[in-house]
Amino acid sequence: MKPRPFEYIRPDTVDEVLELLAEYGDDARILAGGQSLIPMLNLRLIEASVLIDISRLPALGDIADRGDAIEIGAAVTQNTLMNWPQLRQKLPLLAAALPFVGHFQTRNRGTVCGSIAHADPSSELPLSLALLGGAVVLRSKKGGERVVAAEAFQQDMLSTARGVEELIVAARFPVIEGKGMAFDEVARRHGDFAMVAVAAIADSRGAVQLGVGGLAGRPIVRPIAFTSAPMLSEQIKAWANDLEGYEDLHASAAMRRDIFKNLAPRVIEEAIRCAA
Amino acid sequence: MRRLKRDQKVRVALTLNGRKLSAEAEPRMLLTDFIRHALGATGTHVGCEHGVCGSCTVLIDGVAQRACLTLAVQTEGRDVRTVESLAAPDGTLNALQAAFRNNHALQCGFCTPGILMSFTDFLARNPHPTEAEIRDVLSGHLCRCTGYANIVEAIKEVAGVGASGAPDPSS
Repeated sequence: MKPRPFEYIRPDTVDEVLELLAEYGDDARILAGGQSLIPMLNLRLIEASVLIDISRLPALGDIADRGDAIEIGAAVTQNTLMNWPQLRQKLPLLAAALPFVGHFQTRNRGTVCGSIAHADPSSELPLSLALLGGAVVLRSKKGGERVVAAEAFQQDMLSTARGVEELIVAARFPVIEGKGMAFDEVARRHGDFAMVAVAAIADSRGAVQLGVGGLAGRPIVRPIAFTSAPMLSEQIKAWANDLEGYEDLHASAAMRRDIFKNLAPRVIEEAIRCAA
Repeated sequence: MRRLKRDQKVRVALTLNGRKLSAEAEPRMLLTDFIRHALGATGTHVGCEHGVCGSCTVLIDGVAQRACLTLAVQTEGRDVRTVESLAAPDGTLNALQAAFRNNHALQCGFCTPGILMSFTDFLARNPHPTEAEIRDVLSGHLCRCTGYANIVEAIKEVAGVGASGAPDPSS
């Protein structure tokens, strides 16, 4: 289908974007890569009076190494990050997760921050940001800049802490050294949103941070201690039952819990192996 | 700052397959419809219109992307290439197209223009991919006739990858 009519604005500076957001608030949508927004407009699942196109803003196109974190600007595409020469060394979790994000063709346009803004509950990048303990940098005309931790940013399915006048200017992914990281997911077809996605960070002694997408409205991260395989399986089972899961066209809640129970031990073992 | 009202028609000028062209578009016009209806280049096909099927994939500034997820007004001043750019002016197929023909990699041909454009970008970046990499890029396209096997064979042929994908230790 075709989208309903909207006003199209392509500002030249970030300040102009903030002016426009202050003027239009809720009526405006930010267009970065458009790989989630335009399908929703085409299918008329959402409506926007004004689209503010930030895809060509050079000020938002940087991958900046801040030492303890990598800051990824709002116009940086998923493939640009995937081809960043230092990715494997600085952000090994993202090196493992990005191949699952959409397809080669959509990663060419889709942005890292756009995926975080869209906040699908089983999406790979919000899960990675939550597991790493990252943050989202927001800016508005009135409020200036504020940094929101990932766990507070994504609140529920497709819902975030971004205020209507705020622009996501960047996402901050912490650099964590000396630990092993792994990511895996189960989807109906490669490139679809996952039914369940699991990511883990582990040290060689078996202290694990485990994150899961697809069992709640947002990614859930908890510590878990690996002592033995049967103990781990019990802990994961308890966790899965606690989270309940949700049902949609692709999978029942029970199926999601089952996938999690099978996938999590494998991801944890791989993370521990990478840490060794 | 470029600012266009809801129903405002503006002239969008771009380079399509090496020719500078322009036509009118309103903000909500998708690049697929702009290329096909306003510029008359109907080689680019429209399938799902939400980025899933891949049949509308074109190159924008050399990068493969979905024309149905692009607004025409976003391509102002850009270089757009579609399937019409691949064959020589006398109709001689390029190597990728010829490999598709040799391997019977299309039946109805609806999905083919998008697949050809994806691999035009991908093979330029990665001229000798593995079979797994080929299949990964192909996963961004839906084909309902060939079953994909012959498409993979065609791309392996043009990329000079052995019939078994990775080098065969027995050969």
